[in-house]
Amino acid sequence: MNKIFMFEALRSAIDEEMSKDETVLVIGEDVGHYGGSYKVTKDLHLKYGDLRILDTPIAENSFTGMAIGAAMTGLRPIVEGMNMGFLLLAFNQIANNAGMLPYTSGGNYQIPIVIRGPGGVGRQLGAEHSQRLETYFQAVPGLKIVACSTPYNAKGLLKSAIRDNNPVLFFEHVLLYNMKQEIPDYEYTLPLDKAEIVKEGKDITIITYSRMRYHVLKAVDRLIEKNVDPEVIDLISLKPIDMDTIIKSIQKTHKACIVEECMRTGGIASEIIARVNELIFDYLDSPIIRLSSQDIPTPYNGLLEQNTIVNSEQIINAIIKQLNI
Amino acid sequence: MIGISCLVSSSRLVRTTVHLKRGLSQAVKSDHASTTTEAPQVSSGGSSLHPQETPKDAVKFTLKPFATHLIETPEPVAYATKEQLLAYHRTMTVMRRSEISADLLYKAQLVRGFCHLYDGQEATAVGIESAITFQDALITAYRNHCQQLGRGDTPFTVLSELLGRYTGCSKGKGGSMHLYKAENKYFGGNGIVGAQVPLGVGLAFAEQYFQTGNISVTMYGDGAANQGQVAEAMNMAALWKLPCVFVCENNKYGMGTSTDRASANTNFYTRGDVIPGIRVDGMDVLSVREGMKLAAEYARSGKGPIVLESVTYRYHGHSMSDPGLSYRSREEITEMRKRADPIELVKSRIVEQGWATEKDLKAIEKEIRQQVDEMTEKAKQAPLPPVEELYRDIYVEGIQHVRGTLVNNGLGNYLA
Repeated sequence: MNKIFMFEALRSAIDEEMSKDETVLVIGEDVGHYGGSYKVTKDLHLKYGDLRILDTPIAENSFTGMAIGAAMTGLRPIVEGMNMGFLLLAFNQIANNAGMLPYTSGGNYQIPIVIRGPGGVGRQLGAEHSQRLETYFQAVPGLKIVACSTPYNAKGLLKSAIRDNNPVLFFEHVLLYNMKQEIPDYEYTLPLDKAEIVKEGKDITIITYSRMRYHVLKAVDRLIEKNVDPEVIDLISLKPIDMDTIIKSIQKTHKACIVEECMRTGGIASEIIARVNELIFDYLDSPIIRLSSQDIPTPYNGLLEQNTIVNSEQIINAIIKQLNI
Repeated sequence: MIGISCLVSSSRLVRTTVHLKRGLSQAVKSDHASTTTEAPQVSSGGSSLHPQETPKDAVKFTLKPFATHLIETPEPVAYATKEQLLAYHRTMTVMRRSEISADLLYKAQLVRGFCHLYDGQEATAVGIESAITFQDALITAYRNHCQQLGRGDTPFTVLSELLGRYTGCSKGKGGSMHLYKAENKYFGGNGIVGAQVPLGVGLAFAEQYFQTGNISVTMYGDGAANQGQVAEAMNMAALWKLPCVFVCENNKYGMGTSTDRASANTNFYTRGDVIPGIRVDGMDVLSVREGMKLAAEYARSGKGPIVLESVTYRYHGHSMSDPGLSYRSREEITEMRKRADPIELVKSRIVEQGWATEKDLKAIEKEIRQQVDEMTEKAKQAPLPPVEELYRDIYVEGIQHVRGTLVNNGLGNYLA
């Protein structure tokens, strides 16, 4: 076991897959000579060359399209969005060509592409660089969406995503790259469609993903002091959502709270709440609460920015209220 | 390529295989109209179109002059044989009859949605196909029924798809704009204007990556030429010297807007900027073929991409919803049919050379018409996709849950 940064865990996933399979390549801006804007691909070009670690011009729409075209013939590109927000420029390619091509071609083609990059609210990066895209893409048929949250799951999930024959949007978080964790030396992968039970409990199910996991865990420490025993589930898979794990949990706890970083409207929580409503309404003792970012462009000012996303205090207060403590 | 440790990937070739369609080449061997008796499997494209060494009995034909950009202008001549011209005549006639069938089916409301017909432009599809092989990749936009035929499919399968039948090339789930033939490297059939061009550059990239020596023929229209992503894609192709032939089918109108009302520079063969270009007469299959031969050789040689502009014309409106008369005159259409029809041109050459008589050719056309009509009837009766198809091909393997319109229908069981 050795302790490595999240960006190193991601790099090691890419390195391992590229060394096994010569159809895997990385396409993106400054992934090569610059070293990757978040160091995920640092020095890989020295090992694999400028063709397999391909520095592109600033043309997200067309290089994503190019990667999709290449994937149709059997290559397995990993497209890096320098910031996930930039992939909005490639929305058409991702939705129509990546997501829907296997279907509209009646199974003639598959698109084994991974589109990865950092998203989420950072430190005063401004509204355009603080995008969260999971809300917009969750409705696109044919896509898989995964949000990693620890170096351990980042590596295992990225390896699985690269091996998967479907298009996978792989969301990382700007503020998690420098997280350190011990990860195994042996090779491992993690399933793309399973949520992680971070902590078992019985009083309430807290569902979260990505960076909010840490705000939840901080809140959970304080809740434990108040004799509350929450069960914490990290979604990992945002599309498809692992309803099996969620349902089993709610059948046990009868209460739920969802903590997300995407904006409230139409977010991941809204989808989960709708499904729980349809499937196991009778198991709920109280309505599910969701704590989401506010429907506001992320302001530059630090304090204002803090106000747009959920913090641990809010989680604690919401749960205390829900449990009538 | 910018100096790189290239991969030697002899162990990993592109996964599609090449099938040579036998039916058509057999048909062409005979002088007369007799074809394979296994109708309705007569395909309209395929191996007989693909380039061979110019035989000694080839005759020289004079073409309209080419225009070029950053490359030497070739002599406007083509050498062709009787077999070749008869094959082009046959293929274009199958395409023409197939499009006419589509027109009638649409008017009978059996084909729905959008239907963009290619009649008038057949020489471009056939000319291109005659200069490349099924190892080369081809991709185009939505006006693609004839490219699907040129890539070796049959009117039965194409019309089945338009009719939403299970026998369609996309199982009825794609429709007119989403025809594909993976085994002959035809990548569609794309609905969003210009979005296929980056895909086409990706196909070229993959050929480069695997060092196959194949090219990618990426087609788009005069309207799409103004898409930003086309310029982006051309930049990357030129930067990395990808083996991509960009084919701009200039049929003078982007839907209802003529080229001079949409493009500041209507010389589409120059729009690649540093990329060389050639403009051919898209109504003359030999002109397209010669231009495409030059372009394919250029792209294959590692010199990088090239643009080929094919100046052509569509008789129908933009789609079946467009009568095509509000932005152009009926006289213009009639004039083009009279003066420049691609099938008439090849016929007149055949007759002039004494290779067949008008009567012979009419007999061939009549037979093709019968066969296409038979295929049309068969397609109309073909089975519909079963409702389970609704949930297939969304993901490639082993899914999972897809909710129906109510939580109870759809695929999969949440509470398992």
